[in-house]
Amino acid sequence: MLTKRIIPCLDVKGGRVVKGVQFLELRDAGDPVEIAEMYDHQGADELTFLDITASSDDRDTIVDVVRRTAERVFMPLTVGGGIRTVEDIRRMLNAGADKTSINTAAVHRPDFVREAAERFGSQCTVVAIDARRVPGEKRWEVHTHGGRKPTGIDVIEWAVRMEAYGSGEILLTSMDCDGTKDGYDLELTRAVVDAVSIPVIASGGVGNLEHLYDGFTKAGASACLAASIFHYREYTIGEAKQYLHDKNVSVRL
Amino acid sequence: MIAIIDYGMGNLCSVQKGFEKIGAKAVITADPQAVLEADRIVLPGVGAFRDCMHNLEEGGFVEPILRVIAEGRPFLGVCVGMQLLFTDSVEFGLYQGLNVIPGHVLRFPDGVREQDEILKVPHMGWNQLHVTHRPPAFDGIKEGTNVYFVHSYYVKPEDESVIAATTSYGIDFCSAVWKDNVVATQFHPEKSQDAGLRILKNFAEIH
Repeated sequence: MLTKRIIPCLDVKGGRVVKGVQFLELRDAGDPVEIAEMYDHQGADELTFLDITASSDDRDTIVDVVRRTAERVFMPLTVGGGIRTVEDIRRMLNAGADKTSINTAAVHRPDFVREAAERFGSQCTVVAIDARRVPGEKRWEVHTHGGRKPTGIDVIEWAVRMEAYGSGEILLTSMDCDGTKDGYDLELTRAVVDAVSIPVIASGGVGNLEHLYDGFTKAGASACLAASIFHYREYTIGEAKQYLHDKNVSVRL
Repeated sequence: MIAIIDYGMGNLCSVQKGFEKIGAKAVITADPQAVLEADRIVLPGVGAFRDCMHNLEEGGFVEPILRVIAEGRPFLGVCVGMQLLFTDSVEFGLYQGLNVIPGHVLRFPDGVREQDEILKVPHMGWNQLHVTHRPPAFDGIKEGTNVYFVHSYYVKPEDESVIAATTSYGIDFCSAVWKDNVVATQFHPEKSQDAGLRILKNFAEIH
């Protein structure tokens, strides 16, 4: 049967991996290619690079990181952050990425997702959604620009629409939970998983292994994305998978 | 020399780098003549079947592919590159393929349950191979090995004896075929870590 995926996410800025708390307080966590190799050895199922460089001048840096990683690591690579044009996607795929994740550009022009899926296939078109809970309600709003700008768009409606436009996967980040280490927003994740028929990656908030278990079992995520618990060696991916395996979650050991 | 056919569909560097990693030389080529001159040929492919087939035709690759297969040269199809070897596909209509292996390309049904979950389509991630008919390219690949898949359509050969491996996703589908000098995988060897590199190495060393 299909195994559940563990995806370490590497936030890359200026050619270095950094990790912040709710997008602030960035800390240096090392060289992306070395970290990618370490995760490869630990049994990661995929890798995601998120380019958080603000200016487009530094785009070459992430392309170089992807290229050097793809020469050494033979597993699926996703790149997100600043993907705005079909040409951006082509560059990433040519550098060795398998999927690109589109976030702000999809909100600005939803047809971009359709064009990407038609040109490169749904399998490499991930739509990243940054969601923030509407206070006091069971409803979430799509945010852009690294979670800073509200859009007024309902997350569930947006996910359904993006699937219809050809997205092959949803990367769903809770901006409320991101960096808190209190666990995924399970309610949000479950709501999106139930609304679409494509795989959903849960993201934002992992602090321990039970949170991964909850993401898979309670929220029904196909994959769990995590950053800091792996970067700071709190757990290895192998330990995470053994824990999940012992609790009867199907993982690749 | 191994030729990786570049017909404008997908990430070919990973396949090339995979061969490099195991010490084989592979070139990415958009020239049909180079396909005819290669001793091993790889047909990768992502995206829609109809677009892939269209590009193969426009690029002048159909005749060279059929010829190198008929001549018995080792041929590897990957993902949509596997599906293209079949008679037809139902993706976005009904489209004719290369018909090297009689059979059809079908879509995973929506809403199938496995245990308590509704299975998502595309089938994306690591799943197990059950080897039923071991081709030389699968030397050393253990029963139950996990390999990486990403696809919404699967192949159904008319002659079941060409099935090299099956994988379970709601249904047991054919995840690899082997017919004479042709081996093809629905999964991505170039993304399947050590097991995948082993398959590429075996393929590079087939006599």
